[in-house]
Amino acid sequence: MQEIPLYYFLTVSTLMFFIGVAGFIIRRNLITILMSIELILNSVNINFVAINRYLFPDQLQGHFFSLFIVAIAAAEASVAIALIINIYRKFNSIEVTEVNEMKY
Amino acid sequence: MDNFSYTILIPALPLAMFLLIGLTGHKFKALVYGIVGTASLGIITILSYITAISYFWGTEKVEEAFQTIIPFNFEWLNFTETLQIKMGVLLDPISVMMLVVITTVSFAVHLYSIGYMKGEIGFSRFFSFLSLFSFSMIGLVLATNIFQMYIFWELVGVSSFLLIGYYYEKPSAVAASKKAFIVTRFADFGFLIGILILSYFTGTFDFETLTNPESSPVASFVGTSFLGISVISWALMLIFIGGAGKSAMFPLHIWLPDAMEGPTPVSALIHAATMVVAGVYLVARMFVVYHLWAPDVQEIIAWIGGFTSLFAAIIAVTQYDIKRVLAFSTLSQIGYMMLALGVSGYGEHEGVGYMASMFHLFTHAMFKALLFLGAGSIIHAVHSNYMYDMGGLRKYLPITHITFLIACLTISGVPFLSGFYSKDEILVAAFEHNKILFAIEFIVAGITAFYMFRLYFNIFWGEEKEYHHTPHESPLVMTIPLMILAFGSIFAGYLPFSHLVTSDKMPFDTHIEWAIAIPSILIGFAGIAVAWVMYKKKTNIPDKMAAFFGGFYKTVYNKFYIDEIYLFVTKKILFNIVSRSIAWFDRHIVDGSMNGIANVIYFSSKKIKGLQSGQLQQYGAVFIAGALGLLLFVIYLVS
Repeated sequence: MQEIPLYYFLTVSTLMFFIGVAGFIIRRNLITILMSIELILNSVNINFVAINRYLFPDQLQGHFFSLFIVAIAAAEASVAIALIINIYRKFNSIEVTEVNEMKY
Repeated sequence: MDNFSYTILIPALPLAMFLLIGLTGHKFKALVYGIVGTASLGIITILSYITAISYFWGTEKVEEAFQTIIPFNFEWLNFTETLQIKMGVLLDPISVMMLVVITTVSFAVHLYSIGYMKGEIGFSRFFSFLSLFSFSMIGLVLATNIFQMYIFWELVGVSSFLLIGYYYEKPSAVAASKKAFIVTRFADFGFLIGILILSYFTGTFDFETLTNPESSPVASFVGTSFLGISVISWALMLIFIGGAGKSAMFPLHIWLPDAMEGPTPVSALIHAATMVVAGVYLVARMFVVYHLWAPDVQEIIAWIGGFTSLFAAIIAVTQYDIKRVLAFSTLSQIGYMMLALGVSGYGEHEGVGYMASMFHLFTHAMFKALLFLGAGSIIHAVHSNYMYDMGGLRKYLPITHITFLIACLTISGVPFLSGFYSKDEILVAAFEHNKILFAIEFIVAGITAFYMFRLYFNIFWGEEKEYHHTPHESPLVMTIPLMILAFGSIFAGYLPFSHLVTSDKMPFDTHIEWAIAIPSILIGFAGIAVAWVMYKKKTNIPDKMAAFFGGFYKTVYNKFYIDEIYLFVTKKILFNIVSRSIAWFDRHIVDGSMNGIANVIYFSSKKIKGLQSGQLQQYGAVFIAGALGLLLFVIYLVS
């Protein structure tokens, strides 16, 4: 069975990364921004796993890394959502442009 | 007794008293402080007398010369191997003589003050300051090196400042104390620079090393010149300026008449007998250096002394405030002493001027303190400083009258009183050196007799004035010091000074030069006679004389407008031109540059603070752009 070449994975992860970045910058909704961050993280996960498979097939560091990232991303998401809920309570909105108290 | 280790007590005791009285303040009754202060002064007076007797008559002499004894000399500050400042006790004829003068007068003044200052607010403060002064003055005369002397010199200045400003609620007293401090401080600046120059070249502060005629390091630098004048002359001239400031020599005399704002005992102690002769003492201490290596400066000293004595005597004739008359008389007498030092030679009979100066210092301390204390007694009785409020007081103040008369006769040079002997020696010294200076001093002797008896007749004779209450004699505690000092004034002249205090510490014989003494006695009596005619009974001669001299009288009465000249120079020239331009520079250039920096930062931060917008996505975009930029930079430019 023919293997899937490495650059397929890299292309997918790069696309995911830039979609995530674009979403982070463009979208106004805080939840969507959080989702964009998840996209960025997962694109990195794909990179780790794919490159581990191609470079060191009999080792597992890349897999562990991606597992850690998944776990941390879950924790981060819960903290972020908690923050967003508090922001909503304070501002009655989750528009990122409205949340601009921290300025000069 | 050859061991002089007890002399350390002489400065230590007043210092302890100063701390004790100053720190306990109001714990005890005021009188306790007076008695304690006086008793401690009594003890050190006795100690000084013991020191003097055992020094002059009890110590071994080498080849007939008195030896310098240094019982104490400990290191106070140690900077480097070569630069050490020591504190110690130095005994030689002049310092022992000064000890006697200071403690005697100080004791008399302490005792007197118990009566004079009775009931004043701050009685204990007064006594603590008196102790501080005694301590500093004793430290000054016992100094082993010029730096120690300078330290105590300043301490003396401070205590003088504190005591002149004793009535600190009176604006004139505050102004006078400030003036005294600033003027003498200004002069001390010269003193300090002089010390620095001298010690820079010679590498020592020690008097003993400096004033050794054979091996002084000063001798090797006489050739070194700066602006055409020997550096030694520069240094000694500057040191003399310090002395002139303390001794109120023209043109730095302006503070002394104003210093009379202080309580009268202070005037007697500080501004007549002890502190103001510190300048004379300084020159005497460095006399060898002045005479051998800077004769030009010595000549200047002689002329300044002579001029001041004439100048002050003329002013004294016109003044009405009795303390001011005495202040100008002090100036005039100190002028005598300076002149005597200025005309003196070195060694044996050549050094008669030196001996005469110290002799006059000694006798002057006695009779001038007596005059001031007498004046204090009169002021105490009449409550006025002005002689036109006085007259016919001889009936009311018999003891003051007699002692004051003794002092007046002494200062006028009446034979067989102490002033006659010392003044005669000065005239002899001046005559041998310079006839013009002799003539000046001769005239001053006449003027002195005249103004002293003008004072005397105006106070004790003449018609009686309206007094608030009948004047009464002062209490015994005030009259006893008068009697002690009167005794000193009469008999101090019989001390064999030429065997004790001489320029090279070798005794020599003097005798009265009748050829000079008789004319000076005559001019003294002439002065007294003129005063008798003019002031014994109320006459209109004084007014006529004043009218006759007209403008000159007015000038003299206003002390030759020296104060006004000083004010003009400081207010108009210094403050207006120099200070103003410096203030402008400070305000616009120094402050301006600092404010400018602050303003630049303020405005630029105002411009760029908009960058912190609080918009999260803006930050993210900038961050990513930056990261990409760096990435591109690393990929394409670095490799």
